[in-house]
Amino acid sequence: MITLVKQSEKQYDSFFHSISLDEESCKGCINCLKRCPTEAIRIRRGKSLIIKEYCTDCAACIRVCPHHAKKSTFDSFDSVFGGDGSQEYEYKIALPPPELYAQFNNLDEKSLVLNALLGLGFDDVYEVAAAAELVSEITRKLLKNEKALLPVISSACPSVIRLIRVKFPNLVENISPLVSPAEMAANAAVRRAMLRTRLPREKIGVFFITPCPAKVTEVYAPLGVKKSQIDKAIALSDVYPRLLPLMKDIAARGLESEASKEINKAGRIGVSWGGHGGEAGGLLTDNYLAVDGIENVIKALEDLEDSKFKDLEFIELNACSGGCVGGVLAVENPYMAKVKLNILRKYLPVSGTRMDEAIPPYAYHDEKIEFQPVYRLGETLEESINLMMTVDELVKKFPGLDCGCCGAPTCRAHAEDTARNLASEKDCIHIMRKYLHKAEGLEIHES
Amino acid sequence: MSVLELHYDVPGDDFTRAGEASSAIKNKLKQIGIAPDIIRNVAIATYEGEINMVIHANGGTIDATVDANAIALVLKDTGAGIPDVELAMQEGYTTAQEHIRALGFGAGMGLPNMRRYTDEFELKSEVGKGTEVRMKVYIKK
Repeated sequence: MITLVKQSEKQYDSFFHSISLDEESCKGCINCLKRCPTEAIRIRRGKSLIIKEYCTDCAACIRVCPHHAKKSTFDSFDSVFGGDGSQEYEYKIALPPPELYAQFNNLDEKSLVLNALLGLGFDDVYEVAAAAELVSEITRKLLKNEKALLPVISSACPSVIRLIRVKFPNLVENISPLVSPAEMAANAAVRRAMLRTRLPREKIGVFFITPCPAKVTEVYAPLGVKKSQIDKAIALSDVYPRLLPLMKDIAARGLESEASKEINKAGRIGVSWGGHGGEAGGLLTDNYLAVDGIENVIKALEDLEDSKFKDLEFIELNACSGGCVGGVLAVENPYMAKVKLNILRKYLPVSGTRMDEAIPPYAYHDEKIEFQPVYRLGETLEESINLMMTVDELVKKFPGLDCGCCGAPTCRAHAEDTARNLASEKDCIHIMRKYLHKAEGLEIHES
Repeated sequence: MSVLELHYDVPGDDFTRAGEASSAIKNKLKQIGIAPDIIRNVAIATYEGEINMVIHANGGTIDATVDANAIALVLKDTGAGIPDVELAMQEGYTTAQEHIRALGFGAGMGLPNMRRYTDEFELKSEVGKGTEVRMKVYIKK
């Protein structure tokens, strides 16, 4: 069954999401309602609510909200130093994603960013791009395995995984069994820190610099792993302005290339993960598909489900246009960011990281991702068929304008809500108008 | 037990829309909670049939009926008909023209796949009058 809850009532279950609403700013208009790709939004009492079972954290609503009422939740930057009321970790690790490097003008060396992160007060920095290279390496091995179910679908974009989990039951098995680069980086960084400091795990804080709300959700209610090794997700847009003055200072002192090799590891493959096509490019195969933008992703998954794609080995899917550089918490225009990534890539080795030992167990999911039939109308087949027939009858009554005035994105969605007793037929202003005209004895003019 | 009846007209002249009906059926089946593997079989069988109608018969109709036991599919067209059904059922046999095959269709797997992915398959065809395919995919085996 689906639930309509106010987003302040947070529950860290597997349908947790990281989109919040500033109720005062929300006008109850239909912008987010009409643009949500999974029809997860309803307007109730003049405010935009999310059906959490349908929400994939794609952030389409945040992008289109003209009143900036839809927001991404994330941990405040102050949380790094215990400023959010939680205890301050003794040893703090920053996990910068490759898209962070793409935010700055004229950045020739990423060591400048990494040094500035240390300058902010982090004790260690572990590049997500470095971990991404390991994910690429293991995926290459995976594709060579005869038993692999092809095509393998990337598990890197949490929004895409959530989408597949509720809408594409026949593709769940194709999702890569590997954790995301950020999770991989967290695991490796924690191990390095524990060896180095002898501190217990709970004294070590792992802070991921997130480009989007979907990756915040991956910290608090991950899919595929029982518990994330990332402790907090701080926003890229919060870190960016704090890095700028530090970077200027470091550059002025001529220290921009000073970063230990241990920190500055990632090469071209890892850095490319920040943009669309980068992940697939790192697999060194031509039989791949890379799709960006949530609407395009849905279309591609539909086609894949209908077996329209032949001979593919790998599919990279990014909910955001442009890839992770297009996340709503990034600062730079995603297309400009990609140009900057390309420039930065130029002088890097192909790959800076290699798997020295056997594949660590933490590289793999430790929990199965399972299909969740949240779009099912009823609990049993009988009930579902009956509801479907009710819906089909109701749809005939509605005008088919998909105007959104009733609070549902389409007439069909409203019919489904009505059949499930989550809304009333009379929420349709066109039906109400006819009703009123009749009551007043007026002739009905179709408009 | 209630029975869900779905009807779709398949336009004959538009390749870009081929697959719309099977996609719609697929999404309806997802909404009523049919098991994923059964949906896959129905989707493949209807998609192949729909493509056949567009390539060979200038369109037709698809009727799907869902009850507690099975999904029954009836695909009808008033196209040229199939002169030799046994030959047409052979894998790889195709009468699709070169420009159709260039689009990736007409590999001669349509009818064999429809039979492979369904539990019951029956094909009636009369040259000059049209073709009718009746298929069933069991929900309860």
